Amino acid sequence: MKKLLKNGYMFLIFAFLYAPVVVLIIFSFNDAKSRAVWGGFTLDWYRKLFQNSDILSALRVTLIIALLSALISTFVAAITCLGLQSMKRRLRGVIMQVTYIPNVSPDLVTGISLMLLFFFIGLKTGFPTLLMAHIAFNIPYAILSISPKFKQLDKNIYEAALDLGCKPHQAIIKVILPEIMPGIVTALILTFTLSIDDFVISYFTAGNQISTLAITIYSMARKSVNPQINALSALMFVTVLILLIIVNIRSGKDSKVKVGTRGGDK
Amino acid sequence: MFNSLKKSPSIKSQDAANGKKGQLADSTGSSHIIELIDICKSYGDTKVLDDITFYIRNNEFITLLGPSGCGKTTTLRILAGFEQPDSGSVTFEDNDLLVVPPYLRKVNTVFQRYALFPHLDVKDNIAFGLKLQKLPASEIASRVDQALKMVDLKGYENRWVDQLSGGQMQRIAIARAIVNKPQVLLLDEPLGALDLKMRKEMQIELKQMQQSLGITFVYVTHDQEEALTMSDTIIVMKQGRIQQIGTPTDIYNEPRNAFVADFIGESNILPGRMTQDFEVDFCGHSFVCVDPRFEQEEVDVVIRPEDIQIVSSEGKALRGVVSSIVFKGVHYEMNVDTDNFSFMVHSTDPVDPGTTVGLHFDPDEIHVMAKSDFSPDRILTISDHENDEISHEEVTW
Repeated sequence: MKKLLKNGYMFLIFAFLYAPVVVLIIFSFNDAKSRAVWGGFTLDWYRKLFQNSDILSALRVTLIIALLSALISTFVAAITCLGLQSMKRRLRGVIMQVTYIPNVSPDLVTGISLMLLFFFIGLKTGFPTLLMAHIAFNIPYAILSISPKFKQLDKNIYEAALDLGCKPHQAIIKVILPEIMPGIVTALILTFTLSIDDFVISYFTAGNQISTLAITIYSMARKSVNPQINALSALMFVTVLILLIIVNIRSGKDSKVKVGTRGGDK
Repeated sequence: MFNSLKKSPSIKSQDAANGKKGQLADSTGSSHIIELIDICKSYGDTKVLDDITFYIRNNEFITLLGPSGCGKTTTLRILAGFEQPDSGSVTFEDNDLLVVPPYLRKVNTVFQRYALFPHLDVKDNIAFGLKLQKLPASEIASRVDQALKMVDLKGYENRWVDQLSGGQMQRIAIARAIVNKPQVLLLDEPLGALDLKMRKEMQIELKQMQQSLGITFVYVTHDQEEALTMSDTIIVMKQGRIQQIGTPTDIYNEPRNAFVADFIGESNILPGRMTQDFEVDFCGHSFVCVDPRFEQEEVDVVIRPEDIQIVSSEGKALRGVVSSIVFKGVHYEMNVDTDNFSFMVHSTDPVDPGTTVGLHFDPDEIHVMAKSDFSPDRILTISDHENDEISHEEVTW
C-alpha cells in the first residue's frame, strides 16, 4: 500500500511536469486546426513548417548563433579556467562566486540590462548584439563545465611537460588540453543547447530585424492559432532533450571515472 | 672535532662551505656539476629558504633530507626551474642556470605523484621527451625499449596509465625521465606513495640504476632511513636552513646539532657542560670523552641508545631504574630513569621493569655538540615521525 502511494505520487508529479509537453507533441500530429479536437494523424504541420520561410530563416539564425556562441564562450571559458589555476585560492574562490551570479539572476534582468547596455554604448540591436548576449550568458555555464576538469588535473602534469622539453604553449596543447577535453565537449553541447533554448534574453537583444526560433514561436502564438507552432515546439523540445541527456550521461561517466581510477592511486 | 674526524677532504670543504661563501671558491672544480650559492626564497612573510649554499658533484647521489616544510622540495624545484629564488645564484657546469627556462635545462624530474600523462599509453609517455627533440622514430623506439627494460616493465608498452599499480607508475615516471639521458635526475619523494616493501625494493633498484647510468641523482625525502641507505651525500635541512652536510656515516655518527641527532636515528640528547678538553659533565657526573672543548661551556651531549650498556648497578656512577621495556624484533627498547634523565637503551638482553641497573658507555660513544636552537632545553621533543604526511609547499598547479 505504502509502495503504491509512493509510486502513485511520483507518477502524479511526472504527469504534472510532462503532460503539457505530451499534449503538445500529440497535437502536432493532429489533422485539424483546433487545439481541442482530435482529427486524425498527419505530418502536414511538419511539412508546412519546413516551407515557412520565416521559420527557416529563424532556424538559420538560431543555429548560427548557437554554434558561434558555443564556440566562443567555450574558448573564453577554457582560457579563463586556465588563468584561474594560477591564481591564489581566495581570489579564485571570489571569481567563481561571481561567475555563479548570472546563473541565478532572472533572464529578464539579464536581457533588459544587456539591452540597456547596448543602447547606452550606441549599438543597434541585431545579429552582433544577439551573439554577444548569448556569449555573455553562456560563459558562466561553460566555466562551470570546464573548471571541474581542472580540479581533477594532476598539479604536476604541466611541470612534467615543461621538464620533458615542452615550451609553455606546447605543454598546454599537448598535455592540458587532452585532459580537459571532456569538459570542453560538455561545455560546447551545454552552451549550444542553452542558446537554442533561450527566449527572454534573445527577445530583448535581437532587435526587430532578425528573429530566433523561440521569438518566432512567440510571435506566431500571439498572432493566431497555428498548429505549426506545436510542430516547431515539439521539434525544439526533442532536440534540447536529446542534447541535455547527452550532457548528463557525459558528466555521469566523468564522475565514475574519477572515483574509479583517480581515487585508487593514493 | 668535526674536522678532525672527517674522512674525506671534499666533504670537509662542503661542510665548511655551508654558510661561508669564501671557502667554496677554492673548492670549485670541474667535478661540481651544480653549485647553489646563498639561495634565499620567501613566500609572503615565510622564509622557506635561508642562505642555502651547497654543491653537487658529478655522478653523486645527493639527498636533501628534512621534515615537511623544511624547504627541500623548493630547493629541488629551483633546480628544475619551476621556482625562482629571491636571491642567490645557481650554476650548472659553471654557467648561470637561473636564466635557463625549465624546458631547456639538462635535468629531468621524477615527481612525487608520478605526473604521468593519462591520455597517453606507457610507450607514448616515455617517448614524450624524445618526440619533442624530433628524433627519428627508430631511435625513439629503441630508446623507449631500453628504458622499459631498465625499469623491468617490458611488455607494458601499450598499457594505459590508469591500468598500472602505484609501483609500476613510478617506474614509468622514472623511465620517462631517464630516457632523455639527463645529466642530473631530480627525484621528489618518488617512493613516498608506495608501501614499505615496495619502497625498500625500489631504493635498491634506484641506487643500482644511478650507478649503472652514471647520472647525478638529487633526491628529496623526509625518510631518514631511505637517505642513509641510498645517498653518497646527505644534506639535512630544517626551517629553510642547511643543518649539516655529510656522508651517511658522518651524519649518523657526528651529528652537528640536536636536530640532526634526533632526526637521524634514535638518540638520547642531554644538556651538558664542558669546562676542559676531553671531559664533559652531565647527569651530575663527569665523563671522559674524545672531544676538545667548545667556545661555550654549555653543550648538548648525544648518546645513541645502542651504545649504552646495561651493567650491574654496583659501583657505577650512573644508576637508574628500568621503567619500561618493549620488544622491537631485533632488540628490546628500554627506558632507564636516572635522577636527571630518562635514557632510551637498545639491548638484546631484556631487564625486568623496576630493576635498578647501572649504565655504561665508552668515551668515544659520547658525542658532544655545540648548543643550537634545537637543543632539548629549548625544544622539549622533536619527533621525526610527525613528518609522514606529504608536504605541499607549492600552490600553483
